[in-house]
Amino acid sequence: MARLNVNPTRMELSNLKKKLASARRGHRLLKDKRDELMRQFMILIKENRSLRAEVERGITEANRYMSVAGSVMQREVLDTALLMPKQEVEIAVGEKNTMSVNVPQFTSKFKTSDTNDIYSYGMVFTSIDLDGAVSALSEIFPKMIKLAEIEKSCQLMSDEIERTRRRVNALEHIMIPDYEDTIKYITMKLSENERSTTTSLLKVKDMVLKQSHNYQ
Amino acid sequence: MFKAAVIGDSASVSGFASVGLSVFCETDAERIKKLISRLAAGDFAIIYITEPAAALVQDTIDSYRDKMLPSIVLIPAIEGNTGDGMRAVHMAVEKAVGSDILGKEVDNS
Repeated sequence: MARLNVNPTRMELSNLKKKLASARRGHRLLKDKRDELMRQFMILIKENRSLRAEVERGITEANRYMSVAGSVMQREVLDTALLMPKQEVEIAVGEKNTMSVNVPQFTSKFKTSDTNDIYSYGMVFTSIDLDGAVSALSEIFPKMIKLAEIEKSCQLMSDEIERTRRRVNALEHIMIPDYEDTIKYITMKLSENERSTTTSLLKVKDMVLKQSHNYQ
Repeated sequence: MFKAAVIGDSASVSGFASVGLSVFCETDAERIKKLISRLAAGDFAIIYITEPAAALVQDTIDSYRDKMLPSIVLIPAIEGNTGDGMRAVHMAVEKAVGSDILGKEVDNS
């Protein structure tokens, strides 16, 4: 039982009733928002998990090739081979609004469309494992961009879900009961006042009658 | 137009140059922190960072969590997968749902 610190007047009562009505409406809306956010989040997080597993597998494979390449080639030769890349990626960022959460949408654009342009070196002085590493990376790269997009969306949505859940709980367990208690308190106080006025009026009436007519 | 970057030790990240990413070889925590804030303020939308490098600058990465850009993604380094990236996914679930409901399915798979 926690009531708000307000004066027990009719004015306050009608204000509180209005507030209670909008708190109830807000609670219902937020609850719906939370449920829908959660539904979309679950779809997204499952995709996130499988995509991440896939990307990690791809990169691990590329790394395996890379460490072999690193051991059969000189470090300097390896670095020189990758020094001047032909390919360049540009990312266009769009925005999507899902349930009032703004999530980014990434679209990648490559400088050259030729898929062989990932090999920025001549094939003579480099190991075949380097080619393997580079092609494994380029294969997984579109998925890496998708992963960046989905992982960010998941993070933003999980924050929003947490916020919404707190709001729903605050409304449900604190604000609405407080309003209800206060309304009950004011109603009781007002009716008590009314009763007390009636009794004192009766008393006064008795006294007046007694005084003027000697009425018992 | 935005760009994408990759941060980590040179053996793990040098290959990414071939697919068109901007490569930054850094292993010092302070320098990585500065680099991330410079990239985020510049026109980088995606920053891939190796798990060991990310472990050094976890608080900096967390500070970009609620911003739309840049998206910071953990990737396994050449030494192997530490599982930090997947752990972050599970933490997002835990934050949203209250408990990690994906945990069981991972064990099964």
